[in-house]
Amino acid sequence: MSQWKNFAKGFIKENPIFVLLLGMCPTLGVTSSAENGLGMGLATTFVLIMSNLVVSLIKNLIPDKVRIPAFIVVIATFVTVVEMVMQAYMPALFESLGLFIPLIVVNCIVLGRAEAFASKNNLWSSIVDGAGMGLGFAFALTLLGSIRELLGSGMIFNQTIYPEEYGMLVFVLAPGAFIALGYLIATINKLRKA
Amino acid sequence: MSKLESSLKNMVITLLVITVVAGGALGYIYQLTKEPIEMAAIEKQQEAIQVVVPEFDNNPAEELFQLTSESGAKLNAFPAKMGGELVGVAVESVSNKGFAGEVKIMVGFKPDGTVIDYQILDHQETPGLGTKMDDWFKPKVVEEGKSRSKFFDFLYGIKESSGSDGNNIVGKNPGENNLTVTNDGGEVDAITAATITSRAFLDAVNIAYKAFINDFENEEEQSIENKEEGGTQ
Repeated sequence: MSQWKNFAKGFIKENPIFVLLLGMCPTLGVTSSAENGLGMGLATTFVLIMSNLVVSLIKNLIPDKVRIPAFIVVIATFVTVVEMVMQAYMPALFESLGLFIPLIVVNCIVLGRAEAFASKNNLWSSIVDGAGMGLGFAFALTLLGSIRELLGSGMIFNQTIYPEEYGMLVFVLAPGAFIALGYLIATINKLRKA
Repeated sequence: MSKLESSLKNMVITLLVITVVAGGALGYIYQLTKEPIEMAAIEKQQEAIQVVVPEFDNNPAEELFQLTSESGAKLNAFPAKMGGELVGVAVESVSNKGFAGEVKIMVGFKPDGTVIDYQILDHQETPGLGTKMDDWFKPKVVEEGKSRSKFFDFLYGIKESSGSDGNNIVGKNPGENNLTVTNDGGEVDAITAATITSRAFLDAVNIAYKAFINDFENEEEQSIENKEEGGTQ
C-alpha cells in the first residue's frame, strides 16, 4: 500500500467516525461547537501519532501476553502530556474539553490503531497511519461541530452567521448530536457508494 | 528480531521498564508545565478582577482578605483602590446548587453593595444552556448590522426588544432588589431553559453580597468605635 493511500484512508474510506463508528463518546460529547471538535480532534491526532510511533518502535520488545497493558501505559502517558500542556498553554480550550481529554486514553481508535496497525507495521507506515486516522477523526469532529454550532446557535467558529434566536437549541444538546451524526453518516455512505 | 517470549520474567521486566520510563517522562513534563499552569490560573484571576471592579491602582491580589459567608465558608475578596480610596471589592463566591455541581463566580461590588459586574470562573453546566450565564445577566448589548428579518421574528415569536432589562443584575443592589429568579418571586428573568443554573448563579451572588455587607458593616462599626475611643482620651 502506498503511503499516500495509507494516509488518505482515514478521511473517507476508513474514517474512524463515519465508517468505523469508533470513539462515539467523545464524538457526541464535545462537538457542540466547531472549535471544541477541532481541539479534541487535534489532541487525539497527537496522541495517535505518538502512540503509533512508540508502539511500532517497541513492538518486538513486548511479550504478546502483556501487550494491551503496555500499549495502554504508552497511550496514557501521552494523554497526560497533552492534558498538562493544554492546561498550561491553552487554558480556555482545556476548560471546555475538560473531562474528555483524560478519556482519550480509552478512545477505541487509539488502542485500535496500536493493536491493529502499529504493532504489525514499520515505523514510518505507523506514523502515517496515525496522522491519517487522527486528522480524519479531527475532520469528522470539526464537520459535526460546525453543523451543530451553525444549526444550534447560528455560528461557526464563534463567527455569527445569523442571530442566535433563530437557532434550533436541540442541536447544541445531546439529541441534536445523534440527529446530525445520523444524517452525516447517511450522506457519507451515499458518497462512498456513488 | 523476533518477539520476546511471554515468560513471567520477560513480562515483569517489560512492564516495569515501560512504567518507569513513562513515569519519568511525566515527571519531567510536570516540572516543565507546573509554572505555566500556575501562571495561567493567576492570570485568569487577574483578568476577572479587572472585569468586575472599576479602574484601580493598587494590587488587589496582594491585599486579599477573607470574608465569612452565612454558612461559615471563607470567600476570597480583592479590594480595588484608586488613590488609596476603596472603589470596589471583587468577591469570589461559589454555589453548590448548580445543575451539574458547583458554580464558581467572581462578582464586584461598590462599597455600598451595588453590583458592578461579574465573571464566571468555573462550572459544569450544560453547554448552550447554562453556559449562557457568561453574559445573560449583563446589560444587553445592542447588536447592530445583524441581519434580522421581520418574517423570522414573527415566525419564532420574537418581540421587538421592549428595552426591558429583566435579566440584568449589573447596577442593582442585592440589598434593595430581590435578586432571585421570577419563578421564586424575585425580579430577575432566568435563562431560557436553564432556571436551575440561574438560581445557582444568583445564589452565589447573594452569598457574596451577604458576606461582603456583613464584613463591611462590622468594619464600619469598628472604625466608629475606634474614633469614639480616640475622642474620649
